[in-house]
Amino acid sequence: MAILLTIQEKQDEIVSEFEVFDDWMEKYEYLIDLGKDLPLIQEELKTEERLIEGCQSRVWLNADFNDGKMQFSADSEAIITKGIIGLLIRVLNDEHPETILKTDLKFISDIGLQEHLSPTRANGLNGMIKKMKMEALKYIQH
Amino acid sequence: MTEIIKKPFNVREIREEFPALRQEIYGKNLIYFDNGATSQKPQIVLNAINKFYSKENANIHRGVHFMSQKATTEFEEARKQIQHFINARKAEEIIFTKGTTDGINLVASSYGELLTAGDEILITAMEHHSNIVPWQMLCQRKGLILRVAPINFKGELIIEEFDKLLSKKTKLLAITHISNTLGTINPVKELTQKAHAVGAKVLLDGAQSIQHMKIDVKDLDCDFYVFSSHKLFGPTGIGVLYGKEDLLDRMPPYQGGGDMISRVTFEHTSYNELPFKFEAGTPHIAGGICLGTSVGFLNSIDLDGAQKHEAELTKYAEHLLDTFEGLHIIGEAKNKTSVISFTVDGIHPFDIGTLLDKQGIAVRTGHHCTQPLMDFYKIPGTTRASFAFYNTKEEIDLFVEALEKSINMLK
Ligand SMILES: Cc1ncc(COP(=O)(O)O)c(C=O)c1O
Repeated sequence: MAILLTIQEKQDEIVSEFEVFDDWMEKYEYLIDLGKDLPLIQEELKTEERLIEGCQSRVWLNADFNDGKMQFSADSEAIITKGIIGLLIRVLNDEHPETILKTDLKFISDIGLQEHLSPTRANGLNGMIKKMKMEALKYIQH
Repeated sequence: MTEIIKKPFNVREIREEFPALRQEIYGKNLIYFDNGATSQKPQIVLNAINKFYSKENANIHRGVHFMSQKATTEFEEARKQIQHFINARKAEEIIFTKGTTDGINLVASSYGELLTAGDEILITAMEHHSNIVPWQMLCQRKGLILRVAPINFKGELIIEEFDKLLSKKTKLLAITHISNTLGTINPVKELTQKAHAVGAKVLLDGAQSIQHMKIDVKDLDCDFYVFSSHKLFGPTGIGVLYGKEDLLDRMPPYQGGGDMISRVTFEHTSYNELPFKFEAGTPHIAGGICLGTSVGFLNSIDLDGAQKHEAELTKYAEHLLDTFEGLHIIGEAKNKTSVISFTVDGIHPFDIGTLLDKQGIAVRTGHHCTQPLMDFYKIPGTTRASFAFYNTKEEIDLFVEALEKSINMLK
């Protein structure tokens, strides 16, 4: 059985993975690999409501709620975008909505992602985080 | 008139004039291939900006004092330089605007006032949003009809279809001289003749032509020609609307305010003469003067040689890109400038742009403010490399190498 990591441990894990790389080309290479492993949203779920605003390429996100925890799947036309949302999903998947809402996604600044994204992509990243938190919020009242 | 003999164009020497080209991005020498979006500025323009604000800053057209008079003279001298640069008949035909978009909006608002319901405006399928939206807004306001001349897959205007859309109802042909996305050079002189034959006026969007070819508005015979300084190696925030004097005279003012009036009472205001009628408020004084500096700079170099160099760069890059599997050049008009838009099968342009950026190469990705054109090609966007005369073959080699690396990573 896989050991369950806490949300903080998952973030720390990502930070140490990125520390290995010397330059941003390598980091992007890694993001592209992550993009290829993204838990993909089903084609029929790629609807207007699941589109995330503020991205230069289209990004869809689906959220499910099972046994008190959130599960996400997503897709994008751009592979680097898929890698970025893949990172977010890795951290936020299988967490309680309450945890998702109160977690500070510190790994983003720790790996310097925000600063290394173009303004349009940084905007898209904020849109993704907002959408994931909004989805979590829906299940808080239940 | 005697032609001044200019030193033959030399790209190494030209590059020396542009400090922005000498910098590293992520530890790599910058390769600037986003000249379609905006151009870099030569040192002489940077010096002029610094000099104006350090020593000469004053408001114009209204001062008794030395500095105001000097600034006024320089601003009006710049207007004359621009007049000669595009071969307009008079300096009064040169209206300072904020840029291409502003110039088109001016014409849409002001010339638009002379039009009535049912009149038609003809544009093309390759227009920038700036040459679409102002006309749509005008059409809505005045009940006019917007017609769109189609293009073929190579990115050329279909002349037979254009001819069919042109009629006695057409009051204005508003067309881009060169497409910012495809590089297509439209046969605007011939199209202008056709438009004039049915009594329509012609506006040329010169945003992408002013920096790539000799513009002679008398020879083109267009009624309006608009461009932005920032794409012509000058400052941002300033541009030019050229208009034929008799037409500008007949048009109502665009904005009201200082400078554009001759006499104001609360009952009645009479307007100033050209060009001031269309220049309400304090203009971008430093911008106008330094655009003049940029024009002076261009006059001092061998532009024929520079254009030949640009054409060589384009041919060279296209030749190298041809060998890429799954790469499609969007825009293959017979007559085109130094713009190369392309798509790569299975790869989003945004990903290519991101990886090129990390290798020090600035290109543009996306729809390039031509969404209807993207719809026509059924693509979300392209990657666009656009060259200026200061770019080199070595830069293209590095670009092609970086592109190959990026594509391999993304496949
Ligand atoms: C063909 C064309 N028209 C209009 C514009 C708008 O120019 P500006 O943003 O300087 O007003 C551009 C610039 O992107 C252009 O390429």
